[in-house]
Amino acid sequence: MQFMLLFSRQGKLRLQKWYVPLSDKEKKKITRELVQTVLARKPKMCSFLEWRDLKIVYKRYASLYFCCAIEDQDNELITLEIIHRYVELLDKYFGSVCELDIIFNFEKAYFILDEFLLGGEAQETSKKNVLKAIEQADLLQENIDFQMRLFAGCQRSRDPTQRAGGNWPDINMVFIISLPHTPSSASYSAVCSLYRLQTQPSSAHNPTQMMFLCICVPQLCLSFLLLF
Amino acid sequence: LVPPPRLRELIRTIRTARTQAEEREMIQKECAAIRSSFREEDNTYRCRNVAKLLYMHMLGYPAHFGQLECLKLIASQKFTDKRIGYLGAMLLLDERQDVHLLMTNCIKNDLNHSTQYVQGLALCTLGCMGSSEMCRDLAGEVEKLLKTSNSYLRKKAALCAVHVIRKVPELMEMFLPATKNLLSEKNHGVLHTSVVLLTEMCERSPDMLSHFRKLVPQLVRILKNLIMSGYSPEHDVSGISDPFLQVRILRLLRILGRSDDDSSEAMNDILAQVATNTETSKNVGNAILYETVLTIMDIKSESGLRVLAINILGRFLLNNDKNIRYVALTSLLKTVQTDHNAVQRHRSTIVDCLKDLDVSIKRRAMELSFALVNGNNIRGMMKELLYFLDSCDPEFKADCASGVFLAAEKYAPSKRWHIDTIMRVLTTAGSYVRDDSVPNLIQLITNSVEMHAYTVQRLYKALLDDISQQPLVQVSSWCIGEYGDLLVSGQCEEEEPIQVTEDEVLDVLEGLLVSNLSTPVTRGYALTAIMKLSTRFSSVNRIKKVVSIYGSSIDVELQQRAVEYNALFKKYDHMRPALLERMPIMEKTATNGPTEIVQTNGETEPSVLDTKHPPPVTQPANQVRGVIISKYAGLHLCNLYIGIPPMTAYNKNGLKIEFTFERANPNPNIAVITIHASNSTEADMTDFVFQAAVPKTFQLQLLSPSSNVVPALNQGTVTQVIRVLNPQKQQLRMRIKLTYTHKGSPVQDLAEVNNFPPQSWQ
Repeated sequence: MQFMLLFSRQGKLRLQKWYVPLSDKEKKKITRELVQTVLARKPKMCSFLEWRDLKIVYKRYASLYFCCAIEDQDNELITLEIIHRYVELLDKYFGSVCELDIIFNFEKAYFILDEFLLGGEAQETSKKNVLKAIEQADLLQENIDFQMRLFAGCQRSRDPTQRAGGNWPDINMVFIISLPHTPSSASYSAVCSLYRLQTQPSSAHNPTQMMFLCICVPQLCLSFLLLF
Repeated sequence: LVPPPRLRELIRTIRTARTQAEEREMIQKECAAIRSSFREEDNTYRCRNVAKLLYMHMLGYPAHFGQLECLKLIASQKFTDKRIGYLGAMLLLDERQDVHLLMTNCIKNDLNHSTQYVQGLALCTLGCMGSSEMCRDLAGEVEKLLKTSNSYLRKKAALCAVHVIRKVPELMEMFLPATKNLLSEKNHGVLHTSVVLLTEMCERSPDMLSHFRKLVPQLVRILKNLIMSGYSPEHDVSGISDPFLQVRILRLLRILGRSDDDSSEAMNDILAQVATNTETSKNVGNAILYETVLTIMDIKSESGLRVLAINILGRFLLNNDKNIRYVALTSLLKTVQTDHNAVQRHRSTIVDCLKDLDVSIKRRAMELSFALVNGNNIRGMMKELLYFLDSCDPEFKADCASGVFLAAEKYAPSKRWHIDTIMRVLTTAGSYVRDDSVPNLIQLITNSVEMHAYTVQRLYKALLDDISQQPLVQVSSWCIGEYGDLLVSGQCEEEEPIQVTEDEVLDVLEGLLVSNLSTPVTRGYALTAIMKLSTRFSSVNRIKKVVSIYGSSIDVELQQRAVEYNALFKKYDHMRPALLERMPIMEKTATNGPTEIVQTNGETEPSVLDTKHPPPVTQPANQVRGVIISKYAGLHLCNLYIGIPPMTAYNKNGLKIEFTFERANPNPNIAVITIHASNSTEADMTDFVFQAAVPKTFQLQLLSPSSNVVPALNQGTVTQVIRVLNPQKQQLRMRIKLTYTHKGSPVQDLAEVNNFPPQSWQ
């Protein structure tokens, strides 16, 4: 695949993924011309057309046109399936996707596309796996950020004067540890933070509470030893 | 300090703009804010700002000032930053700007990151937009990841390797070891991308291709498992297991089996299995069948399998889904040369597709129809194609007209039919006919000697109706100039001859000269035609008057012609009849473009004329077969005989073979001989094959014959071109062998040809 364009019925571009090196000017020109050509097609026409020296495969889903440019030796019919798979992924991710989702979350649309295709070819043929990867990456985005804030919170909490508003870090640490998808690294670092807190003189933790937690979450049984 | 607006906030705001100007204002304001934020090196909101910039970039606004910021985001430790940073790099940067190279180090680090999703981002970006320099620097990292056991990374590394190879083909070798056990993976993602990688390598290197041929059994096994395995929810699409992988495997098999008998045989069964067992109710099944057909047709498959493939395409043609019909027509077009008879069986369906509403389908159906025309179906096919020509869109008319002319020339059942077909095209699509059709048609008409009267009459009548279609007008004027005498004498046999006087004819031609619809080229044709009629008509004075008027025409071309024709009347009137006499039959050979070389009866045309004295007529007209290639007649060079007379090489049992000669420019050592085989018996000579041998010091090249049927009763000739290289300028001798079938029995004969005229080899 050389490129994929998503555009509305009014010709507004919603996503552009280029797999060939072209200048911005060239991209704009191609986009303009192709959008015009595709929008001029009547509904009864087939999904394929020859344009310059490329094969164009396009399909309309509600108010969005999905348009791919493929090379001579590529299979047009399977390209339609690729487009459909991408739509299904968007649909699953956003829950009954509509154009507004893609407008307001365009970066997510790109992330999903980049988990499905790489360099113009499909990298994963299982819908489940693509969605799982996106989910994990999204969580990682949240967790690590959270972690950063958490760490910052822990640092503050060492200084009693900075501790404002109770055991904020404690509660949230429990949360992190018990999240099912938490990457182990996050869990362990949370435990380490807990440990550090535990060693604080002004700690108000209930040791029993901590023990209970560690036992309940299997992966942390080892850390149980660390703590106690 | 107020934090900058969030991405979604900005999007919402911009969407409230009611006019383009309002939007631009909002964007400019936001861009200014973002710019100053960048200048202040604000780390916290960099990600947010770049994301907003990317949105504005998508709307079409410039965003290049964000390029470096993307690089900073990529270098950040935060995953969110990296995600947006890499996205920004892919959208805003490209290999033309040196700044993209700054990414290389970051990508290198990220390829070795502890988190696979970060590694994934790096692989994705490299595989999408990596320049050759980047690929060179990072190929080693990619190769390492290609060997990892982490399938999430392995599949990405494979596609990244594909990109590296595309950018820097020399690096292909280094990935070879890593491909060793790619296909033993269970993970479909890795399998799919591995097949893509293998395909890329095999397409680029014949060595790789032979190396990977040994994978055929394994690929066959994988494909078989996909088809035979039960329902697998993870990879199922409408009841088919991983169609994407199936299609890629089929494509790789195609490349591996292409010119290899053993491999083709090894995949024969699985192809038959896929072709017969795949569910065809949905697009996904048809996608697999399509790929299967392409593979079957490309490898060395046995004929049964090929027929199966063509039949699948035939079924596709009847499918309600126009996409399927489209790919069927495309594939049939590819195979029509090699499997002509099989495709012929679907001819009527193909012709029906001419009436389809879709432009692409119509175009393919037209191309395919022309490819399927042969001597047997010419009448029926031409009817359909002419009907199509009448009603099709203008974009098709030129190609269709050319196709009709070609087909008619090859397979015309009779001369009259041929002329009628040409007339039909000229009158219905006359303005779309290609420029080079005009000289071709003129040549055709000239050579149909017995049809001259009929042709000129029909063309004249067409001209009375409509003078707007220039190709029609040009051919008509030429014919009237040439055969005007037949027109006024009412000699037509094919249809009721019309009564027309010389003055009426001249009225029509003069009308063309003054009409606004006529192009300068057309006017040239008209003037020359009028001039030629001076030797055919008796109203010479009228013609003289017209010619002298145009001697002061503003059109330079017209003026030049008129002046020279005037000169012909005044000073060289004795040469006029010879110069303007009937054109001899022209041989069609490669054209060299317009030229001013003229030779008729050993004399030169006025334009090259030396005003001192005309060269004397030296050779009698019947010996010389010069052809006027007068640019004034608007013809291109067809042939230039240099006075070598034709000879009869063989004449026995009703089969006569004549040789005509020319010298091939620029090599004077090559004699180009055209054989003309004619048959005076009352039965056709079929399966006609002409073979020739020459002595050792010569070299001979035989081009393809025009046909292998010599029609009975001299109704046509078979021509074939022989090129003889004679560097030592020895006397030309040839032994010929003729084989043909006549009245059911095979005939064979050998003969020596020794009577070559000396000019042909000296």
